[in-house]
Amino acid sequence: MASTPRPFRLLGHHIPYIEGPLKVTGRAEYTDDIQRPGMLVGRLLRSPWPHARLTSLDVRAARALPGVHAVLTGERYPTPFGVLPITHDETAIAVGKARYIGDIIAAVAAQDERTAEKALGLIRAEFEPLPEYSDPRVGVTKVVEPIHARGLAGSNIQKEVVQHFGDVDAAFVHAKFTARVKGTFAGVTHAFTEPMATVAEATPDGRLTVWSATQVPHYLHRSLSEVLGLPMHRIRVIKPEVGGGFGGKSDPLPHEIVCAALAIETGRPVKILFDREDVFYTNHGRHPTQNDVRIAADADGQLLAYDIEALIDGGAWSSFGTVTTYYNGVLSMGPYRVPNFRYKGRRVYTTKPPSGAMRAHGGTNIRYSIELALDEIAEKAGIDPFDLRARNALPPNSTTVNEFRITSTSFLKCLAAARAASGWDGKFRQLPYGRGVGLGCGFYISGSNSPIHFTPKMPQSTVHLKVDMDGGIAVHSMQADIGQGSNTLLAAIVAEVLGVDLERVHVQRVDSDVSPIDLGSYSSRVTFMMGNAARAAAEELKGHLLAAAAELLGHPAGELEVEHERIQLAGHPETAVTFLAALHKAMEETGALTATGSYQTSPVGGTFKGARAGTAPAYSFAAYVAEVDVDVETGEYHVPRLWAAFDCGRPLNCLAVEGQIQGSIHMGLGQVMGESMNYRGSRLFNPSLLEYKIPMPQQMPQVEILLVGEDDPAGPFGAKEAGEGPLIATLPAVGNALYDAVGVRFTELPITPDRVLRGIDLRTKEARPWKGA
Amino acid sequence: MPSRDPLSFQLNGHPVEVPCEPARVLLDLLREDLRLTGTKRGCDLGTCGCCTVLLDGRPTLSCLTLARFAAGRTVTTIEGVSPPQGLSSVQRAFVELGATQCGFCTPGFVVTATALLARNPHPSRTEIERAIGGNLCRCTGYTKIIEAIESAAKEAP
Repeated sequence: MASTPRPFRLLGHHIPYIEGPLKVTGRAEYTDDIQRPGMLVGRLLRSPWPHARLTSLDVRAARALPGVHAVLTGERYPTPFGVLPITHDETAIAVGKARYIGDIIAAVAAQDERTAEKALGLIRAEFEPLPEYSDPRVGVTKVVEPIHARGLAGSNIQKEVVQHFGDVDAAFVHAKFTARVKGTFAGVTHAFTEPMATVAEATPDGRLTVWSATQVPHYLHRSLSEVLGLPMHRIRVIKPEVGGGFGGKSDPLPHEIVCAALAIETGRPVKILFDREDVFYTNHGRHPTQNDVRIAADADGQLLAYDIEALIDGGAWSSFGTVTTYYNGVLSMGPYRVPNFRYKGRRVYTTKPPSGAMRAHGGTNIRYSIELALDEIAEKAGIDPFDLRARNALPPNSTTVNEFRITSTSFLKCLAAARAASGWDGKFRQLPYGRGVGLGCGFYISGSNSPIHFTPKMPQSTVHLKVDMDGGIAVHSMQADIGQGSNTLLAAIVAEVLGVDLERVHVQRVDSDVSPIDLGSYSSRVTFMMGNAARAAAEELKGHLLAAAAELLGHPAGELEVEHERIQLAGHPETAVTFLAALHKAMEETGALTATGSYQTSPVGGTFKGARAGTAPAYSFAAYVAEVDVDVETGEYHVPRLWAAFDCGRPLNCLAVEGQIQGSIHMGLGQVMGESMNYRGSRLFNPSLLEYKIPMPQQMPQVEILLVGEDDPAGPFGAKEAGEGPLIATLPAVGNALYDAVGVRFTELPITPDRVLRGIDLRTKEARPWKGA
Repeated sequence: MPSRDPLSFQLNGHPVEVPCEPARVLLDLLREDLRLTGTKRGCDLGTCGCCTVLLDGRPTLSCLTLARFAAGRTVTTIEGVSPPQGLSSVQRAFVELGATQCGFCTPGFVVTATALLARNPHPSRTEIERAIGGNLCRCTGYTKIIEAIESAAKEAP
């Protein structure tokens, strides 16, 4: 008998964040709010040189200063670490040489801030300057003094990727239309509001506890163990509330290890709190990138080939760089079918603050260039940009040329919704000079299929539930809520499956002593993977409750169903027991009930080298239309409206999905319109939120969100990601709208007013061939 | 050591007297000496607004304000705008409409919005945008924050 699924009580609605009341009252506890008895202040001495050999380091005077408890230098904990197991090239404190302005040279723990600062001033560090490599183009060949010994063949190349599928050269020979965009992208950074902070305490029982503002407690746990030489079970990692991450808190960071080392050395709790300059120099933001995208299409606008090169400025460390290098190529492989594809990507170490993962990691810059090139093809072929994209859309259940498995896609629905809602057909090429509309599309992984895992046979996510006679359900998981609402989703999934009120569900703080491992908040993996694990755990618990209810009701469990706070004979509300009655019955034999659920990705993708990069259990899709209004006298412009059609499968918490899309658009607009890490040589010139400006409320467009996704077959309740993909389409939508407005394809980001003005001045304002005038 | 003369002011409706060095900034005094950690430290440079408190009812960046400047005046922090039980109308709107994500900027926004609605119970959207111009949020794109302030204003008499 086919049964109609029961409508969701919670999921699919607007669910306010469960920790909201704590956050709006200032009661939520962040790392800097933690105060431990006898806590010392940790401070870091940073390199003033971009690249320099450390010839001597005299810390005697600092050590002798009253109130100083420890001074640490690099030799004490020299074991290299890094977020990817294959590229461990960082040390907690620089050993032998400094690799960027801001590299940590020494660390101090003292009784108070003033003493710590004074001690830093007493450290005598002597440097022999080495060649500065601020331009990645210089580092692609053999250099005098490679930044790292592991650079490719004496160069500063950290990673080189060369891939070729099909026959790109032949495709270009047969192409009717080609387009080329050479994009230049300034580095941008996360600019979360909470500076990094860590508290560490080593106790006489031989254990170490570390509280840290991290997105990935598990990687921190691993790195602490490796560098400090302590087994993981003697280390306890706790994640308090985290004031935003966006990728910037996903690497294990040196100061976290330094803080723990200082706690071990001193036997006292130690706190390291970053100031805003520390945050900017630590960076790990989106890579400064140059890419060169060539696209070939046939007479009908059918795509034949992509030929892509990318030169990626990595900064001083590898960080996620190997992934970045792949992503800048392979994340071009949706949402369109492209039969031939060639990519050469190089990520080059420079003597600048490290770049790393930032929201929509690896998929953002390449997408900008592709979407601009597609508009160029559309224009040459005389095809509307929407039609061109629709014609080339990857169908559901298809495989890309590089063997990504596409399951659900509502990309065509995204296109249709954005086109209709924006009134595209009455605006495109028809608005007056200075105003324009542009289409930008995108797709993104819904969780990296291959975990950055040291034991890849284990699940990516595990969730534990415990319920005792009080009827409160404790939920343990190492998924890391950094503000995106994953705690709320976790609670809502459990409550939905069990039919109970949300207030019964208590999501426990991440604590490695009790939280089962989940790989944390990166690669847009949490909803999909933790969601599936939570659902499995709740289903197991539900099984126990149904069995107990079956005994009480005298009907087999298979005939029962969960309703709000009770279990009943299907279709017979009069034959029911309450949730608590069923729970207490179920507990008679065992006491408190527990349940476990986990999620593991199944293998997908090809077998060639690098085949796993970019594989995911599902992908999100987007089509955005931006409208721009340019002041052609000053080059100033704004984006009054933006239509965001997005396929995240089934949205589970509409409040969170909307919030993620709005926040992503804000961040994407920042990158396309103005944000830039400004370097002169290797020196960062704008390390503050005054000089690195994120968009103001007045700059936000009126955003219309169109959620058009259909259920994904493997997502929890049909859901896919909505945390990063919504950023990507923002940039090309604005770029293409600027072309519609003033007839210039801006390929250097950020597109600041002076660049707009320079672009405009290159053309006569009277002749407007792009508008058909 | 610099002298630590007592400093007296009204804090969240109660008189306080605390020892305070001349160069101590209000944010440090609140967070470290008085352990009122609801006020957040985001930049120490007056650029982010996370440390916003009310000084005689006006939004003030506590990281740029010498504590001594508060002598004899009234300081209200996020703890002071929060009722003993439950939430204020601004706080309720922030929760219900999803105006807080990571939450780190939230106390500053709630304090700023509370002051705005106290002096202008029915602000226009432009007035709201101007009022929160000193508070940065990287999560929300400000959309739901503005909606929450508008919603709280609707509740005002």
